[in-house]
Amino acid sequence: MTVAVSILPEQQLAALNAAYRQAVARKRLRLLFGVALFAAALVLAAIGAEVNLRTLFTYFGNFISYFDRILTLDSGQRVWTDVGEWLWGWRKWLKMLGETLLISYVGTLIGATLAFALNFFAAENTSPSPWLRFVVRRLLEFARTVPGIVFALVFVIAFGLGPMAGVLAIAIHSTGALGKLFSEIVENADMKPVEGVRSTGASWLSCMRFAVVPQVTAGYASYALLRFEINVREASVMGFVGAGGIGQELVVAIRKFYYSDVSAILLTIIVTVFIIDITTGWLRGRLFGKEART
Amino acid sequence: MTGPQQVDAREIRARYPDVFDRPASARLAMPAMIVAAFAILVYGLVDLDFSPSRFFAGLSQLGWISLMMIPPDPGSSLPIYLKALGETLSIALLGTTVAALLALPVSLLAARNVVPSKILRFPVRRFLDSIRGIDTLIWALVWINVVGLGPFAGVLAIAVSDFGAFGKLFSEAIEGADQKQVEGIRAAGGSPLHEIRFGLLPQVLPVIAGQVLYFIESNTRSATIIGIVGAGGIGLQLAEQIRVLEWQKVSFLILMILVAVAAIDFISGKLRFAIIGRRAVA
Repeated sequence: MTVAVSILPEQQLAALNAAYRQAVARKRLRLLFGVALFAAALVLAAIGAEVNLRTLFTYFGNFISYFDRILTLDSGQRVWTDVGEWLWGWRKWLKMLGETLLISYVGTLIGATLAFALNFFAAENTSPSPWLRFVVRRLLEFARTVPGIVFALVFVIAFGLGPMAGVLAIAIHSTGALGKLFSEIVENADMKPVEGVRSTGASWLSCMRFAVVPQVTAGYASYALLRFEINVREASVMGFVGAGGIGQELVVAIRKFYYSDVSAILLTIIVTVFIIDITTGWLRGRLFGKEART
Repeated sequence: MTGPQQVDAREIRARYPDVFDRPASARLAMPAMIVAAFAILVYGLVDLDFSPSRFFAGLSQLGWISLMMIPPDPGSSLPIYLKALGETLSIALLGTTVAALLALPVSLLAARNVVPSKILRFPVRRFLDSIRGIDTLIWALVWINVVGLGPFAGVLAIAVSDFGAFGKLFSEAIEGADQKQVEGIRAAGGSPLHEIRFGLLPQVLPVIAGQVLYFIESNTRSATIIGIVGAGGIGLQLAEQIRVLEWQKVSFLILMILVAVAAIDFISGKLRFAIIGRRAVA
């Protein structure tokens, strides 16, 4: 089957071609400009961060050999040839891991409770007054932006060394993060039930309890589980500043060059994180159907 | 309650039994879960040495600390702090860029529509997962052992830990890409490399650019803390001032971090919308 392709007369075609080339050239120029700007920023950053490629190339072998060393026992054998020797401290490490999990659990639960209490004031559609919304939002923003480990550093001084500081740091950071997510769910909630409840003469509290909460609990639980996952990772480093958990053991092992211990502790952390990820993913799927899994 | 209403209620109960008389297992599941969650909470509080007296003593201590933080005052070390802040921003920018450049080729290997063989994809994915399972701070400690104290270790730490995250995100973006364009290139006689270059990349680059910008934002936060273990940037100053209890300087540093993070958020938000339009990345 032949199809006649109509070709425009030469003059018209030339004008269109020129316009096309010009558009492409302009786009290229803009891209080039963007790339140049980005490259300049990178060079500036490299100077600021004291990047020294020679150091990297000289010591990159160290990075590889570091992993070689942490996978070697004192006797010179590979770690997996003698698992008993490699994981010699498993009792202690499991206990510390349990503590880490407890820290993240308690921290997440306290944080989620506080976020639950605050989020109705922060949401556009349910907040009783604009100034209250402003104050709560700024508070949540502060709690979210200051990294958890900075809170931990301060709390270690205020509450003393130990897991309590870690729990409170994680709780505050989670309050900030969850408060924002929760209030976004509330903003997406259907307002018709609220009108229905309010039309019966109910107070603000009853409106929230009977019209908003039933719509949003599934989303809340899903986000809280996700946060728990994140907090397990975060709790694993709280020990670096003395706020409890497995991080304490890890930082000692790294700083004192107990090579095979480093790999053993890292392995236990990775396995724990895997298990928690898979379990919470499964739980989210079970509780809220497939669409809430991502 | 008056009589007729009660009769009404009974009638409604009889008509809709499964609304009013749910099986015991369904009715008890929720309270049981709440009790279990609460029991673990109480056990945790006891096991982690929580006590009201310690809590309130700490709170009053915290109150004192907050009072001593006012007003924020850098003393004479403002230039040092500004330099440290610049270092932090540099660490975030460089680390994220390096991670993105390294992750792009690897993410192709982890994407289902580029590498159909499961045997090839599986190890790549688990490798990325393991890298992501280790916190940035731990990577920072490892790199300090390799290249020494300083911001360079921070750049490498962020680059490595984001490499894992980017690898996963990019491969998901690639899997979500439309296959029709790839098929079009193949139909026109393109090689597999052509398919990736002209079929896949134009689709995924805007998404990837959005994610990279988002990570630069979130890495500004991570870069502030890796200094705590000695990997340069403003975190180093912050940890030092907290340890010597110079609270006015601490509050000034925290304010600096908040302002810097807000500024980066603003800029990268603008850039993101310019690149991918108003439909922001989730």
